[in-house]
Amino acid sequence: MKPGSITSLVARWWPWRGRHLVIGLPYAWLLLFFLAPFGVVLSFSLSQMGSIRPDSLIRYVDGALQLTLRGSNFSNLLSDGLYLNAYASSLRLAFITTMGCLLLGYPFAYFMARAKPVHQPILLMLVMAPFWTSFLLRVYAWKLLLGEGGWLGALLQGAGLDAPLLWLGLIEAPGKYMHTPFSLMLGMLYSYLPFMILPLYAALSKMDLRLIEAAYDLGATPWQTFWRITVPLSRGGIAAGCMLVFIPAVGEFVIPELLGGPRTLMIGKVLWEEFFSNNDWPMACAVAVLLLAIIMLPLAWFNRVQDREASA
Amino acid sequence: MNKFLKPHRWMQVCGRQLAHAWLFGGYLFLYLPIGALVLFSFNDSPVPSLWRGITLRWYSKLMADGEMLAALGLSLKLAAMSATSSVLLALLAAYALVKIPRFRGRGLFASMVNAPLVMPEVIVGLALLLLLVGMQGALGFPSRGLGTLLIGHALLGMAYATVVLQARLRELPAALEEAALDLGARPAQVFRLVTLPMILQSLGSAWLLTFSLSLDDVVMSAFLSGPGSTTLPLVIFSRARMGVDPSVNAMATLIIVIVAGVITAAALYAVYAERRRHREISAAWRP
Repeated sequence: MKPGSITSLVARWWPWRGRHLVIGLPYAWLLLFFLAPFGVVLSFSLSQMGSIRPDSLIRYVDGALQLTLRGSNFSNLLSDGLYLNAYASSLRLAFITTMGCLLLGYPFAYFMARAKPVHQPILLMLVMAPFWTSFLLRVYAWKLLLGEGGWLGALLQGAGLDAPLLWLGLIEAPGKYMHTPFSLMLGMLYSYLPFMILPLYAALSKMDLRLIEAAYDLGATPWQTFWRITVPLSRGGIAAGCMLVFIPAVGEFVIPELLGGPRTLMIGKVLWEEFFSNNDWPMACAVAVLLLAIIMLPLAWFNRVQDREASA
Repeated sequence: MNKFLKPHRWMQVCGRQLAHAWLFGGYLFLYLPIGALVLFSFNDSPVPSLWRGITLRWYSKLMADGEMLAALGLSLKLAAMSATSSVLLALLAAYALVKIPRFRGRGLFASMVNAPLVMPEVIVGLALLLLLVGMQGALGFPSRGLGTLLIGHALLGMAYATVVLQARLRELPAALEEAALDLGARPAQVFRLVTLPMILQSLGSAWLLTFSLSLDDVVMSAFLSGPGSTTLPLVIFSRARMGVDPSVNAMATLIIVIVAGVITAAALYAVYAERRRHREISAAWRP
């Protein structure tokens, strides 16, 4: 065989092989390290803690394979008020965070998108820059500002915000802001705000401004135009922003640990403690499975909204 | 800008004031903690409530802090390795998702690529650790340490890098690659000579993003680290749990200065490259 024919053979096969490599390598990686682990979690959640490891589900007893599934972790989960409270308070905190980010972030993204086009790249860069600086350090920094005698605390007290915060139950004593629901919410809002602003900005900046012109021409007031044209057209951005905030916020661990009070009950923390302190792997897995199930609901809704946007 | 956007003059003035105030307040909120970190790293008092003048002693204390420096070294190594692997994986994944419209299991692939973006990290960390522990039981490797940390960080970073690269690949004009194919280039050549040079800048920014994500990660690292492989965020996290530590402020300031420097340099380079490209295009245009 001439060497030339071999090269032509390789050349003919290359696209096929290249294509399989391009898809296959990341696919295999994700199947092994992302999907398979969830299978392990699911199987552990139906098992029970042995002496060091959870008992395996399938055992070889008396010459036959025996499958033992235990629902005890889940029945514990659903009957113990501690777990249910933790789920409820995590969902509540995530919801409040999402709404707060939307209220702060929507006008912010709107004004960004309507700023002079020359300024927009800089404004966008300034929102994205905190992503590159450590999230952990930025959360920690609130300790400096809100802690005992912190400057921001003094400012808040000076502005007379103690009374409304006390009334809302966000702080327990005047002048004490750190390790309260207030510091926790502030930290959550702060950390997740850029995740809300970016998709909103993306949606608002590519909007067709002629539609607004048309609304004005047809006699709509600015207020009507905003609610009936701008907001519906940015629905995709709103949905994406809410997802990017809500879902990670439900399982957040670092912010409650650093800024929350001693009585803050979050499901991420419960999972952490089941695993690291109680060393009860099956229970930690059961907590994770239920959390996943809860998260799937808004995720499914989001996928539907996105499909509708894509087909529209 | 557009006269039709502003129907009433008084509203226009009010609106602009409100816009400026809102943007200013928002940026103040975003940057206040960063400013506080820098400022308090120079404070000659260990408690942030007291300002006692400027000092550099926290920096000299940091330089003598063996635990922190060892963790920093490990974290930098880990971040460089995981950023490189996640960008390579993400390049393949993004290329597959953008350029290959139909293949078996595409839907599952797309959702697996994006899921780590929103999935709470406690779940991903726990799941991956349990798998790796199982693998170790069955195969004898990998033991918890740098290797397991690398897998976890590369997994997280891949999701972010794919978003960046996918966006860039999507906006590339298909005509250039088609032209190269028409002129007889093989797909691999098209990729190397046409596609790759055009996405180089995005590869750089994806690398920087995943590098800083890895340098920052607490939850995944807590699950996957083993004895003797404590990363910088784990050290900072355990100290921050105790309270305020001026050495952490000093470390934070150093990180912020380096990151700001790199971002500024990258942005300036992007502007420069864009100008040069314009110059070259207009030079080529001349008859």
